[in-house]
Amino acid sequence: MNLQLILQIAILNLFVQNFVVQRFLGLCPFIGQSDDKHKAIGMGIAVTFVMTMASFVTYLLYAYFLVPDSWFLRTVFGPGAGITEAGLLDVLVTVSYILVIASLVQFVEMFLRRFVPTLYRAMGIYLALITTNCAVMGVALLNTTDAPQDLGLTGAVLQGVFAGLGFTLVMLLMAGIRERLEYLNVPPCFKGAPIAFLCTGLMALAFLGFAGMAGLG
Amino acid sequence: MPSYREEFTKGIFKNNGIFVLMLGLCPALAVTTSVTNAFAMGMAASAVLICSNVIVSALRGLIPKAVRIPCFIVVIATFVTMVDMVMKGFFYEQSRALAIFIPLIVVNCIILGRAEAFGYKNTVFRSFLDGAGTGLGFTLALILIGGIREVLGAGTLLGYPIWLDAYGRTVFQPMTGLVLAPGAFIVVGLLMAGFRAIGRHRQHPQMDQVTWE
Repeated sequence: MNLQLILQIAILNLFVQNFVVQRFLGLCPFIGQSDDKHKAIGMGIAVTFVMTMASFVTYLLYAYFLVPDSWFLRTVFGPGAGITEAGLLDVLVTVSYILVIASLVQFVEMFLRRFVPTLYRAMGIYLALITTNCAVMGVALLNTTDAPQDLGLTGAVLQGVFAGLGFTLVMLLMAGIRERLEYLNVPPCFKGAPIAFLCTGLMALAFLGFAGMAGLG
Repeated sequence: MPSYREEFTKGIFKNNGIFVLMLGLCPALAVTTSVTNAFAMGMAASAVLICSNVIVSALRGLIPKAVRIPCFIVVIATFVTMVDMVMKGFFYEQSRALAIFIPLIVVNCIILGRAEAFGYKNTVFRSFLDGAGTGLGFTLALILIGGIREVLGAGTLLGYPIWLDAYGRTVFQPMTGLVLAPGAFIVVGLLMAGFRAIGRHRQHPQMDQVTWE
């Protein structure tokens, strides 16, 4: 894993293919929690944390259990068995990923409450919302089954980190814009989410300018 | 107790998942580049919604309250896997176009929301009607967004070019931005505002807070 590759993953996930404004993942917390800067930071940190952990765990699950001819299938069913050659990708990806993410979130919540109460108070309430955040499940899928090429464990974890940071960046930008919007006289039917969507559209237009940066699509 | 007809129709306009409750927004923006994709996504999500609502409702006496969310997620994930396999088997092109958004139905807030707020508390038949109505509302919303983006952004409808005059010349230059990411946000924002203006939602200024019922 050389520096160039790390930078590529960073720029790709922060700007070029930003999870919120270009890939449309994690919009519910983005619209729901971005009306206040503190909320936005709390949610951003919690999402980055869970995305990193989820990338790590789901990549291991994918590479050692689910793919055809994986270590687990070879050990249990023997090499050359029907199930070993077919793999479990089609039947188990969705179920196993969502269970892993849900239990991971629960575990992180319990761990923080017990050992790091300050951090728990800062992001505890957001953790419960993260299970149904499609950005987390999305990064897990984009790291494994829908990756253009095999990223490896380091690549997957890095993608998780930078995707989370990209989410936090856009959350913060949006929180800043929405604090200003509070004082503006927008038509009543545009108040709240609709005007936030229009602003996000303009932000997405700005992010389109990063397309093709560093030779990336 | 509302009538059966009301259970079905409330999800279509009054409690429309996307424009009023603002749930399940990710697929509403990501896959609505064309009407065909929007329809496929709507059908897939509706199938999962109806099945999971019915099963959750049938099992509501067996699922303990403390672990109900994980139980709902397992039920939903099972149906998502089935829908994913059916799509791959019979509609391969559509399944390629929707890519990760088929497995992501599992984290669609509308489905979990209906299971929690409706299926867990009501009879099987009512849950079926609620799922069908919400699913229909979701599908219609996706088709509306997809239609606007395809007609104005790509200049086609269901893949056929429109905006042609009698001699086959294009009379309207499509706005390519609408099929790209910014167009999705702008179209959905405008439609949301429109829904509020024409609906009776003006009396409820708190409409942008998520309400499950």
